[in-house]
Amino acid sequence: MRLTVRRLPSSELLWFAAVTGLLAGLVLASLAIGAADAGLADLLQSKDGLELFLISRVPRTCAALLAGASLAVAGVIMQMLARNRFVEPATAGTGECAALGLLVVTMAMPSSTIFLKMAVSCCAAFGGTAVFLALVQKLPPTQPLLVPLTGIIYGGVIAAITTFIAYENDLLQYLGVWMNGEFSGILQGRYELLWASGLVALAAYLYADRFTIAGLGRDAAVGLGLDYRHVLIVGLGIVALITSFTVITVGMLPFVGLVVPNIVSHFHGDNARRTLPLVALTGGTLVLASDVAGRLLRYPYEIPAGTVFGVVGTGVFLWLLFARPAHAR
Amino acid sequence: MPDRKLLVLGLCAFLAVLAFMTLGARGNWSFVLTFRGTKLAALLLVAAAVSLSTILFQTLSGNRILTPSIMGFDALYLLVQTGLVFALGEFGYATLLPEAKFAFEVVLLTVAALALFGSLLGNGLQDLFRMLLVGVIFGVLFRSLTSLLQRLIDPNEFAVVQGAMFASFNSIDTELLLASAVLVLACCGLAWRKRHILDVMALGRDQAISLGLDHRRELFHGLALVTLLVATSTALVGPVAFFGLLVSALTYEFLKTHRHGNLMIASMLIAVIVLVGGQTLFERVLGFGGSLSIVIEFLGGLVFLFLIFRKARA
Amino acid sequence: MIEIENVSFRHGRTPVLRDVSLKIAKGGITALIGPNGAGKSTLFALMARLLPLQSGRIRFDGLDVTQSLSMDLARKLAILRQDTSVASRIAVREMIGFGRFPHHLGRPSAVDREKVDAALAMFDLEDISARFIDELSGGQRQRVLVAMAYAQDTDYLLLDEPLNNLDMHYARNLMRQLRTLADTHGKTIVVVLHEINYASAYADFIVALKNGEVAANAPTADVMQESTLGGIYGMDVRIREMEGKLVALHHV
Repeated sequence: MRLTVRRLPSSELLWFAAVTGLLAGLVLASLAIGAADAGLADLLQSKDGLELFLISRVPRTCAALLAGASLAVAGVIMQMLARNRFVEPATAGTGECAALGLLVVTMAMPSSTIFLKMAVSCCAAFGGTAVFLALVQKLPPTQPLLVPLTGIIYGGVIAAITTFIAYENDLLQYLGVWMNGEFSGILQGRYELLWASGLVALAAYLYADRFTIAGLGRDAAVGLGLDYRHVLIVGLGIVALITSFTVITVGMLPFVGLVVPNIVSHFHGDNARRTLPLVALTGGTLVLASDVAGRLLRYPYEIPAGTVFGVVGTGVFLWLLFARPAHAR
Repeated sequence: MPDRKLLVLGLCAFLAVLAFMTLGARGNWSFVLTFRGTKLAALLLVAAAVSLSTILFQTLSGNRILTPSIMGFDALYLLVQTGLVFALGEFGYATLLPEAKFAFEVVLLTVAALALFGSLLGNGLQDLFRMLLVGVIFGVLFRSLTSLLQRLIDPNEFAVVQGAMFASFNSIDTELLLASAVLVLACCGLAWRKRHILDVMALGRDQAISLGLDHRRELFHGLALVTLLVATSTALVGPVAFFGLLVSALTYEFLKTHRHGNLMIASMLIAVIVLVGGQTLFERVLGFGGSLSIVIEFLGGLVFLFLIFRKARA
Repeated sequence: MIEIENVSFRHGRTPVLRDVSLKIAKGGITALIGPNGAGKSTLFALMARLLPLQSGRIRFDGLDVTQSLSMDLARKLAILRQDTSVASRIAVREMIGFGRFPHHLGRPSAVDREKVDAALAMFDLEDISARFIDELSGGQRQRVLVAMAYAQDTDYLLLDEPLNNLDMHYARNLMRQLRTLADTHGKTIVVVLHEINYASAYADFIVALKNGEVAANAPTADVMQESTLGGIYGMDVRIREMEGKLVALHHV
């Protein structure tokens, strides 16, 4: 499919430039900061330093960017499918379902390949999110805040089931790893699935217009000739894939899919064709910023990126709730 | 007739209590009675507190799929526990005066809740859901801070905190019982006095105002009661998220009435049956340890999903 | 021509439409009226393929709604539903641009851009073309949605109670615009209307439903008779002629 190139309005160009500048700075910082007691230049000159660089720092930086970008894109898609501004993989039970799938497959077939684990986790995430979207249809449209509330409770129920199973089988520690996102364990050879996640997010761009139209509601979408069900399934599939890739590699990063799309939408609207690249760029940058901040705040100890983003994300979420009460979607 | 149903419930509750106290008892009776009696008292208090707070909360929010525990109280509680272990170490934590800890927790949880309620602008439901969402988000925040602290704690000490993640009725301090009992009974009394007002509140904001109620004030009072009940119960035994939902759903199914006098009594009795009966079943009959609460959470969660599917709107 | 043949529809076990058959000729405005529960919205949804047919057939110029691709139908008919609350934050110009989607499928050309410009001009939206629709008033939003349906450039335009959320000013504007679309652009318009006098003033034909059956299907003047309307709505209603239009005094 050919992608047409359009002239970008100046506000978007400005945003692009600002975020890219920030990104460049962060990438440099990310590559330079670490527990090793050496500056970047020295690191690159020694053989061990170079190895550290290639095995740990570069992958870690890439992982943060990819996870942030793809989770933000997943958030946009979910918000269009659910027609609600507060929906994202962490407020719809997607992450929890992915973790449940992982737990079940780890228990049932401990020696299975990572691909099998991924597949099961993805199916679980897909099914769980489909159930959530079906639940959302039953809620009164006059109370948009009921949707994320329901999603969080729904996620909590799934989490309770997962915790119970983990508790009874002494796998609670495992669960902690999947549910709390952080990048300290990223090494070359252990994070490549995130590239797949990034590819999936890129593929979402091909469906951008269809997602925007789907966001107008089922009737409007059908009226414009769209196969609504098909778009729904593709969207769900993308979200499920991205979530499972992220959960299995770095753990769940709550609020990324919520905060980033809302900030971008506030300034640039909801036309996915225009905003998806901005969302991906902003998502990657913010998650990398959280990771860098987490590494610096209590140097040389690390605070997980998920926690840092969680704190910031909470603040932004609260702002969204109080600053724009009527525009919950 | 509701009265007859209440008698039936009362009888079942009595039987449950009896079974709990007497089934499988071995050895010295006075020891058994004291030991189990303490536990029973705790179970009764929790049953009363959780059931009442949920009924109140659902009436005030006009929605039967919500429960007060989603407002992040349990997460705050867990954060406090983890924070204390982190700050004082395992030994320090274990030697804390239970009364001091209890008082601290109740006060903290109540203050946090009142701060949350301060965000209510009296704009009706939209406002209430927003407040809930704020509570939920803070819950997520507290959980993430908790997991952060957990990583900084020695793995041995983690076991202490892990124990606090689920409600446990096994080791409760007698003095705490007394303090909790006072709080819970006081709240029950206040709620009972408000039962007619609650019937009107259940009609919705607009109707309540047109019938002469100061909706905002009544909402605030009601929520304050709810908070105190939830805070007390959480401080006593730990988090019990979906138990209230399970109980309230059963109550509304069993009693087809909207009169709060009957609803409150029935819900407390049902809560006793579920909790005491369930505990008896688990401990004496099935021989499981402390995982009753998890099962209740699971069942309650299923109820929640079922209710949504049934489009349950108050 | 719209051909509706033997359409019956049940909601659960309740029959909503009973063996409805009618033909709507090409050109002009046809109003679909009737009391509450007569089945108007259901018939509308079936025609717009928003509901799957249970029995019978509906064809637009031979294009069967069940057999044809939704995309082909989207090039033949445009729909405007009752609920016009659009929550997405999309600029007016882009929103109207989405009306062209059935034609360009994501790759707009110069022709598409021209159609969008024409729609903006026709509905007086050029000043607000860069604003987001969620910041517009109800009346402005309605205009945008109609402009979008217009840009979709179809032979048929179906509207379900479009006047519900509009005040008198915008309601009249919309009906006038529909009249222009029918007269100058040759579109065939089917409007479900609640208020009989708008139908009387603007429609060429009136189809009346009652209890899921066709109670009347004739030119406006023939339907606007005291006995006919009285039978449909189950009440005595006086009809007067004012300034060349038949007005039903149903409110007194």
